[in-house]
Amino acid sequence: MMHMADALISPAVGGTMLATTAGVAAYSIKKLQNELDEKKIPLMGVMGAFVFAAQMINFSIPGTGSSGHLGGGMLLAILLGPYAGFLTMASILLIQALFFGDGGLLAFGCNVFNLGFYTCFIAYPFIYKWFTRKGITSKRIFAGSMASALVALQLGAFSVVLETLLSGKTELPFEKFVLLMQPIHLAIGIVEGLVTAAIITFVWRARPDILEKAANEEAFGNISMKKVLTALSIAVVVVGGLFSWFASANPDGLEWSIEKTAGTAELEAPDGIHETLSEIQSKTALLPDYDFKASENEKTAGQAENAWPAVNAGTSVSGIVGGALTLALAVFTGWVIMLIKRRKIKTTA
Amino acid sequence: MSNMINSLSNMRLLDDLARKETFIHRIHPLIKLLTTVVYLTVVVSFERYEIIGLLPFIFYPILIFAFAELPVAPILKMILLIEPFIIGIGILNPLFDHSKVLFGGIAISKGWVTFLSILIKCSLTVTASILLIATTGMDRFAVALRMLKIPKIFVLQILLTYRYISVLIEEVSRMIRAYSLRAPGQKGLKWSAWGSFAGQILLRTFERAERVYQAMNLRGFTGEYYTGDIAKLSFKDLAYFAAWSLFFIIARIYNIPVLIGSLFTGVI
Amino acid sequence: MSHHKIEVRNLYFSYPDGHKAIKNMSFSIYHGESIGIIGANGAGKSTLLMLLMGVYFPDGGEVLVGDVRVTKKTLPMIRQRLGMVFQDPDDQLFMTTVYEDVAFGPRNYKLEEEDVERRVMQALEKVGIPHLKDRAPYKLSGGEKRSAAIASVLSMQPDVLIMDEPTSGLDPKSRRRVIDLLKSFEHTKIITSHDLDMVLETCKRIIVIKKGEIAADGTAVDILSNEDLLNSCGLELPLSLQKCPVCGTSKGKFGYIHEKIVVDKEAKKELRLTRE
Repeated sequence: MMHMADALISPAVGGTMLATTAGVAAYSIKKLQNELDEKKIPLMGVMGAFVFAAQMINFSIPGTGSSGHLGGGMLLAILLGPYAGFLTMASILLIQALFFGDGGLLAFGCNVFNLGFYTCFIAYPFIYKWFTRKGITSKRIFAGSMASALVALQLGAFSVVLETLLSGKTELPFEKFVLLMQPIHLAIGIVEGLVTAAIITFVWRARPDILEKAANEEAFGNISMKKVLTALSIAVVVVGGLFSWFASANPDGLEWSIEKTAGTAELEAPDGIHETLSEIQSKTALLPDYDFKASENEKTAGQAENAWPAVNAGTSVSGIVGGALTLALAVFTGWVIMLIKRRKIKTTA
Repeated sequence: MSNMINSLSNMRLLDDLARKETFIHRIHPLIKLLTTVVYLTVVVSFERYEIIGLLPFIFYPILIFAFAELPVAPILKMILLIEPFIIGIGILNPLFDHSKVLFGGIAISKGWVTFLSILIKCSLTVTASILLIATTGMDRFAVALRMLKIPKIFVLQILLTYRYISVLIEEVSRMIRAYSLRAPGQKGLKWSAWGSFAGQILLRTFERAERVYQAMNLRGFTGEYYTGDIAKLSFKDLAYFAAWSLFFIIARIYNIPVLIGSLFTGVI
Repeated sequence: MSHHKIEVRNLYFSYPDGHKAIKNMSFSIYHGESIGIIGANGAGKSTLLMLLMGVYFPDGGEVLVGDVRVTKKTLPMIRQRLGMVFQDPDDQLFMTTVYEDVAFGPRNYKLEEEDVERRVMQALEKVGIPHLKDRAPYKLSGGEKRSAAIASVLSMQPDVLIMDEPTSGLDPKSRRRVIDLLKSFEHTKIITSHDLDMVLETCKRIIVIKKGEIAADGTAVDILSNEDLLNSCGLELPLSLQKCPVCGTSKGKFGYIHEKIVVDKEAKKELRLTRE
């Protein structure tokens, strides 16, 4: 699963998601403190480090020549429960953002939500728990891990699409983006499901007590399928409603983007896919209304150019000259400071 | 394997750099975090065709590099490591957006303009995050988090994760080394070995967590995290924050390079 | 001072899987004693330490620290008196700098920050690493890590120091430094180890454990020179008491201990003759 980067989101989207994530995190901390199990703090800390390290273990995917690795969201939810799992995911993502620029501080909320919320609060309680409600067997672990990883990644991928779209930093029709993101994350989801199942099965065989402990903690294990479906459909209605409201309120946002997809290191889409996909899309016209607007946009491309302040002959020349001067000045300033600093060190030494 | 060693040495380098004692390092961690957030927000708030207006923002990383006496090459290498990732992200823009735009008399595809804009924004934001941690360090960053009223228990958990990343990466690389010595020429782990490989490490991680808990518990840990006193904000800190914020906002409102350029080219 | 005494009375402990780790163990440790607990792997040494520290609670019998029984209620008080150094310093050094780690214990007892600082610096000076206070644990050598782990316990100002394998995995110089450090402590000491030469040097009394029971309890010299006893417990003579592999004489590295043994046997003269 990819991480959103700072550069791809707008401050509004980043801020909203940060606030949402902070709310979920605060709730999780409160829940954990009610559990009064101080043992969990070091466990969460060390497990976070484990997932961090385990993400770097590559394994070959048979028959494809490519390699995959663990994401970890589902694993954390299953082993630590939803609240602790969510917080642990958040701390991993924070360290990745700070030390590796992977994701970012502004996109932190988006990333925690995309990778932590769906796994811990949707897929785990409603899907994994449903599969294992009648006790644990290796088949149920497999089915539960697979189904929940698939759903969590689809939701996460769709979130990425929505967040990028609402930020309006890039250009790309929504359908193309969705048609690219969802299938790729189907593949990633399968890998994540397999990986999670493999490791959970191993733990269950060696130390069944660990899984039992995690399973007993949550009371909402025995939820009927009916409730699951209701919850899911409410979520769909809410998301869809928000989405269409935005789409009508902000036609600009229709220039969706796709960039993140190619950033998926695990699976790089060959060029052919784009063409096929756009063909499929033009034939099926998932959302004809948007398609129409998008083409309208192209017609008015001339106007858009005028709307761009830097683009008229006069200012663009001074823009280039000024830009070069700015860069030169910045580099020069840095160089002078370093020179002075070095001289100081020499004279004091 | 090599990515593991790389990440570990990068983390350790940043940790070392954060222990320097320059004027930037001594700025209050909360101020540095807030300054970074303002910087990121302003940079990201530019629209997707902006290029020239973004250039003054390079002053911030350059001044931090210079004042904090950070080595340019290794940090640049870290940033460049992420760059192919960004290029992969942005390269689809020119593929999908062919509408042309006149730029200094040359017609360029708008997709390329967007791509360049994303590239610049990404470089600036990634650099800013890395510079924050390279001049602050995880311990002092934790102080900033606590001042933002983030629950102490969560802060402790983040610190624990940070602490044990190096322990676990070392453990994992030892096991991978042992594996690869017995499986020459194999790229990555064999699929069927993954479960028991990672599972073994996971079980040991659980045991370690148990011992860490005991070590904490034996020294009086009862679920509450007590920390040292937090340094108060000084006038200097506030001035630092105000000065940068002012600069960012001015550079956001006025297109400084265009203004400078007009002075020199005499257009206006 | 009776409150410095540790008493173990008819202790029994089994793990949840049914393994009987400790069977009817009784002994007393007095103020200022230094005691080595030795035994083969799986003999029950670590379990015993966990019972002393109140990490586990016995199925039968009791542990008394001073006149206080180790129970859940008395734990905070007990743990202030007993400081335990773990075998793997990475488990003990869980904070991001040495200073934060050494300060962790005192802060949990809600001391003023000034007192915390004083205690931390005292502890670091005691183990000789005040210059490393701002280091990250991963930057320390094995010996330094061990010293830092010991400091993190000393800052709690315990009366009794309990150490699990304090010299394992150290190079000879670091090992020597830790041994000298241990010898310099005036605390009551309980040390478990397979490094019998270290035990011989740092402890006056030895308790040998075999399959969860006490096989022997006596002076270090008596027990560590008793080859039959040690062999039957999965151990062997300390290297310093073994016969010289080159010349075959039993002149150990620690001549003084050897001499003591020989004096006990009234054969000192003979030894001198062989030496010459």
